[in-house]
Amino acid sequence: MLQKLYDWIDDRVDITPIWRDIADHEVPEHVNPAHHFSAFVYCFGGLTFFVVVIQILSGMFLTMYYVPDIENAWKSVYYLQTEVAHGQIVRGMHHWGASVVIVMLLLHTLRVFFQGAYKKPRELNWIVGVLIFFVMLGLGFTGYLLPWDNKAYFATQVGLEIAEQVPFVGEQLKILLAGDASIVGAQTLTRFFAIHVFFLPGALFALLAIHFILIRRQGISGPL
Amino acid sequence: MHKGKGMKFVGDSRISAEKTSQIPKDYSEYPGRTEAFWPNFLLKEWLAGSVFLVGFLSLTLAHPSPLEGMADPTDAAYIPLPDWYFLFLYELLKYEFASGDFVLIGILVMPGLAFGALLLAPFLDNGPGRRPKQRPIAIGMMLLGLASVIWLTYESAAHVDWEARAEANKPVPESAVEVDTEHEGYAVYENSCASCHGGELEGGPAAPTLLGLEYSAEEIADIAVNGIGGMPADIFQGSDEELEQLADFITSVNEANAE
Repeated sequence: MLQKLYDWIDDRVDITPIWRDIADHEVPEHVNPAHHFSAFVYCFGGLTFFVVVIQILSGMFLTMYYVPDIENAWKSVYYLQTEVAHGQIVRGMHHWGASVVIVMLLLHTLRVFFQGAYKKPRELNWIVGVLIFFVMLGLGFTGYLLPWDNKAYFATQVGLEIAEQVPFVGEQLKILLAGDASIVGAQTLTRFFAIHVFFLPGALFALLAIHFILIRRQGISGPL
Repeated sequence: MHKGKGMKFVGDSRISAEKTSQIPKDYSEYPGRTEAFWPNFLLKEWLAGSVFLVGFLSLTLAHPSPLEGMADPTDAAYIPLPDWYFLFLYELLKYEFASGDFVLIGILVMPGLAFGALLLAPFLDNGPGRRPKQRPIAIGMMLLGLASVIWLTYESAAHVDWEARAEANKPVPESAVEVDTEHEGYAVYENSCASCHGGELEGGPAAPTLLGLEYSAEEIADIAVNGIGGMPADIFQGSDEELEQLADFITSVNEANAE
């Protein structure tokens, strides 16, 4: 039955080559922890992606309750935290995931760096990876404001003051982020929400796609 | 890819009618103990992922995510702190050479050099050798950068009393009590009772809450005039009509919030 369904679709869409491109590749001995336990360092990249998936899913569920508005943002998070079934767990996953993803990303970066895996021909993939790191830090910075509690508000204010001190474009940079030259308020919250939920995830997906396509193209770096 | 004459297509489409094999390539010819990703290795990866997920969920359950009180821009006493992974940048700005007149060094030059070097690492460290011993400068710079980041983060976090901070900034739940301020007895309540029993009948240091009372309206009116327990008599100073409105107001709030 399933096979017939698959063949029916495959006849029309030719999906086999698409997923075979992803599925058919070899896993060399030196990256396989089943053969050399120390190869667990090669898991960090995959685990980073795993946490990113957790972040996307938990974030999608959070937006079902979250209201990006200074009157209701904190109240909606408080409600989610105290009243909604499993709300605390979902928010907990998103909150801790934000830290864990930075840790895993750091470990993955250090693994690649100390093994010199970024050398020719993998320079471009390293640059894409560092850009992913920057996007991730941006997601952390913008996501921090969203609960609209004291910690969020004052940390963001400090962050924006730092941005303002940048020569020439500082003022414009602050207005772009905060929506106003002096007020950290309603505009700031909606802008940070938009950046956190639409702009940066969009950039992240594009960079991740390039990162993975390049890995498939080039294969994993050889043993030292 | 299969090309040329004799190709068969599905209908008038460009999709080949010939089926490609779904058996993974044989990787045994590759060097070492190479394994096929699908499905052999993926099953093991799932196992590692599950172990990781259990650990992650345990962390989530053991430490509920923190939430402080609602943002109050007028709270001048609040000491801001960024998320832990920005602490090192924050701490850097406290050094003399990176603050005040030299703040650009702290916010642009040093982080710019560090992250710029990280971004361009493949071009700065462009020798052929991959082993750490063959590229001492790159490894040395990375260790130096890593040590500074860890040190700055530690310096920043060590001086913070995290527990006292969390205790001082607990979220204050909103009062769930609905007080009908339109009620004619509310003005009387505000004048005579609110200074001790609170604006929402929640009570205070000098008087208990007026919520969850078992008294009837007449008994409340009697207590308002004659006092009870530590409450002295003659606190209520008003007409009999106002007394009736007051008693009616207190019972109505109790009834409205009884559920």
